[in-house]
Amino acid sequence: MRFGGLTAVRSVDFTVNSGEIVGLIGPNGAGKTTFFNCLTGLYVPTEGTVAYQGKVLPPKPHLVTQAGIARTFQNIRLFANMTVLENVLVGRHTRTKEGLWSALLRGPGFRKAEKESEAKAMELLEFVGLAAKREHLARNLPYGEQRKLEIARALASEPGLLLLDEPTAGMNPQETRSTEELVFAIRDKGIAVLVIEHDMRFIFNLCDRVAVLVQGEKLVEGTSDVVQADERVVAAYLGEPFEGDPGAAEVAEVEAAEAAADEAEAAADETAEADSEAESADAESTGTTKGEAQ
Amino acid sequence: MTDTTTETTAQSPEPAGRGPVPLPPAAARPLIALGAIGTIASTFLSWTWTPDFPGDLTIYGYPAGLQVIALVAGALTLLYGLTLWNVRGLNWLNPGRATSPVLLITLSAFAVCWFTGIAIAVDLGGLVNLDPGAFVAMAASALSVVGALALPHPNPGTGLRGYLTKPDQPRPGALSPLAERAAVTVATALALVVFTYGIGINDDDSETFIGFLLVLVFGAWGLVHAGLLDRFATMSARHKGFATTLAFVAAVIFPFTQSDDHNANIGVNILIFATVALGLNIVVGLTGLLDLGYVAFLGVGAYAAALVSGSEYSPYGVHFPFWAAALTGMAASLVFGVLIGGPTLRLRGDYLAIVTLGFGEIFRITVNSLDGDSGPNVTRGPNGITQIPDIKIFGFNLGDAHDVGGFTLGRFANYLFLMLLITAIVVLVFTRAADSRIGRSWIAIREDETAATAMGINGFRVKLIAFALGASLAGLAGTVMAHVNYSVNPQPYQFAGAAPPNSAFLLAAVVLGGMGTVSGPLLGASVLYLVPEKLQFLQNYELFAFGLALILLMRFRPEGIIANRRRQLEFHETGQLDVPAQKTLTDEPAASKAGA
Repeated sequence: MRFGGLTAVRSVDFTVNSGEIVGLIGPNGAGKTTFFNCLTGLYVPTEGTVAYQGKVLPPKPHLVTQAGIARTFQNIRLFANMTVLENVLVGRHTRTKEGLWSALLRGPGFRKAEKESEAKAMELLEFVGLAAKREHLARNLPYGEQRKLEIARALASEPGLLLLDEPTAGMNPQETRSTEELVFAIRDKGIAVLVIEHDMRFIFNLCDRVAVLVQGEKLVEGTSDVVQADERVVAAYLGEPFEGDPGAAEVAEVEAAEAAADEAEAAADETAEADSEAESADAESTGTTKGEAQ
Repeated sequence: MTDTTTETTAQSPEPAGRGPVPLPPAAARPLIALGAIGTIASTFLSWTWTPDFPGDLTIYGYPAGLQVIALVAGALTLLYGLTLWNVRGLNWLNPGRATSPVLLITLSAFAVCWFTGIAIAVDLGGLVNLDPGAFVAMAASALSVVGALALPHPNPGTGLRGYLTKPDQPRPGALSPLAERAAVTVATALALVVFTYGIGINDDDSETFIGFLLVLVFGAWGLVHAGLLDRFATMSARHKGFATTLAFVAAVIFPFTQSDDHNANIGVNILIFATVALGLNIVVGLTGLLDLGYVAFLGVGAYAAALVSGSEYSPYGVHFPFWAAALTGMAASLVFGVLIGGPTLRLRGDYLAIVTLGFGEIFRITVNSLDGDSGPNVTRGPNGITQIPDIKIFGFNLGDAHDVGGFTLGRFANYLFLMLLITAIVVLVFTRAADSRIGRSWIAIREDETAATAMGINGFRVKLIAFALGASLAGLAGTVMAHVNYSVNPQPYQFAGAAPPNSAFLLAAVVLGGMGTVSGPLLGASVLYLVPEKLQFLQNYELFAFGLALILLMRFRPEGIIANRRRQLEFHETGQLDVPAQKTLTDEPAASKAGA
């Protein structure tokens, strides 16, 4: 994927198997969201293809969703002036067929389909815990619930693969934990999940596999232990350790905490490049992100 | 809020809770009532000596013209004054016993009385032309206002602005269904009477119409503050089918109340423009596509109907029955809509507006050129196609006057019924389409096109459907318009002009009335058609007044007169915990798709 002279994502070869939760991490500007946009057809990749269940997908967002890949957005993009229920009903667009004529004629088929859609939508709202707020306008929901609604809306299209772009950004620890449970519950439904996240604790708790994207290229892919142990990952986030480093074991421990805290700092500034501002890190970091107040 | 309160009370001399007029509250209520009675009494006196002033206000013992309006305003003032005394049976008028509705109602009487007095003095040249009645009216109505201002201030410390904030009225519970239906019926009947009175004001009596508008605006404002209109809205929402039927029944009754077919003509035109505005509302209000060339679709429908109408000026010597002509008009507009929409709907926002503006003009210029000189002779250029015969439905000629139950229904009344039928169809199409899978996808596109496509909505296809549906509804209205006017010519189908229809007028009707609602464009079209029709003296300043009205509206009520629930929340903060403002991130996909 190239924007003019800038190559945002280069030859990232990546597979998600069904029933798997895969994390995608990387410093800011690494190309994670661009990679998502390529997957979902919002960007037309300059080279390469996206295949789902063996079929190559055309780079059109609605066809990608039709095929079974749904997504959420990094900056929440709900239909702010529609109710919670309507938002989820819009998500069911690809799984219903009623066109203009059946809407105008209101035959029994139309009523049945509407009722069915509503039942499915309510089921999803109960799943994410928003059923009581069905008539609220989406814009009036608190931040955490908006994130949940976005997930419910994505699930409404009955996807086989769900792409979550920073689902816990701006959340407090409790909300992060409940999101974690939600993602596990989604996995238990048999839906594969691909998560972009800066919250390392969240990612390493959650994911079966983690891939690290740095400057548009995939650096490592593997289980959390493999990724955490990889020096290149640490270097990408924190920079190279200087030579003759005393107390390497302690440093590694501090660095793990710093990585999380630094990440949170860095997340607040979307345009900043990943750098090694180790001094701003806090050893007490709980591993939650605090940036990204959108 | 509290900060400003304390600040301003410190500055203003009057103690908190008191109105700006330093009178004991006990004196305020009698003052209002006295003023109201005086206003009522004055309307039975002569206000001027000569019948030259519109409406003949010279007669003792019998109110006429502006006096009738003043009488109604005075009666309303009296009623609202009495609500402050806790009179049994009047509580529902002002359930919260708030001050601001009373003030607004007294202002309506004040406005009409003083406007009349000043208008007489200006029109006839001097105060000497005022009879005692006018002075009594002015003094009495001023007395009511003074009384209302002496009432306790609704929001102490906020000055006069405090009166404009809608007070919190207690929400009365639901009545029995029968009582609610009766209330809706009475309210609709009242609305019909008011509308009929307004439309029946002689076109030359601009003064009377201004007085009517003054009382209507202040009165309606007062009723909004009293919570009555909200209550009516909830009641009709509970009995939706009943209220809709009732509205159409009222519209059917309207021609029977008119002895003059001219008023039915106004009614037909209002319905035509309202229908077209409703079609535009699908495109603009629901789907959020700014279409500045929409009137072209009305023109396509009108021209298509004219060409197959059997007019001797049509190059095609065919005479379709009306249903076929209507279908032809719709089909022509549909094709035109798809042709325009196909290439343009891939654009977003401003680009779409510019392209539709261009296409609207292309239609007019093309029609102007197809005159046999610059192109093939199809439309006879600027002369247009004239002598379009009247519609015959089942042998019933809409051009002839018919007697129904002792009432004579003229040509325009017949067309009014036909247009009502079409309006009903369009309303049905609008409401059904809006509340369905396709309607939800329109709104989703309006809200966030990128997210909508990511939800699996084929943006282009769905937008094209909205565009084509809007176009064909306008085409349908156009077929009737061609027959009502006997002729079609290219002149009215421009972007902006002093007289409707033009794209700016239609768009203003939608925005003024309220985007995304059914009743909004109907109301907007009525207001925008009636006001220029009745205020003939504005003729040269019409566009200026139109622009001024739009600016004021956008400043004070951006969601339109009748607010869609969504829009209202969009434009006014609700005080609820709201989402943090959305920040545009660098990875905003919408903007950078072209960079791929």
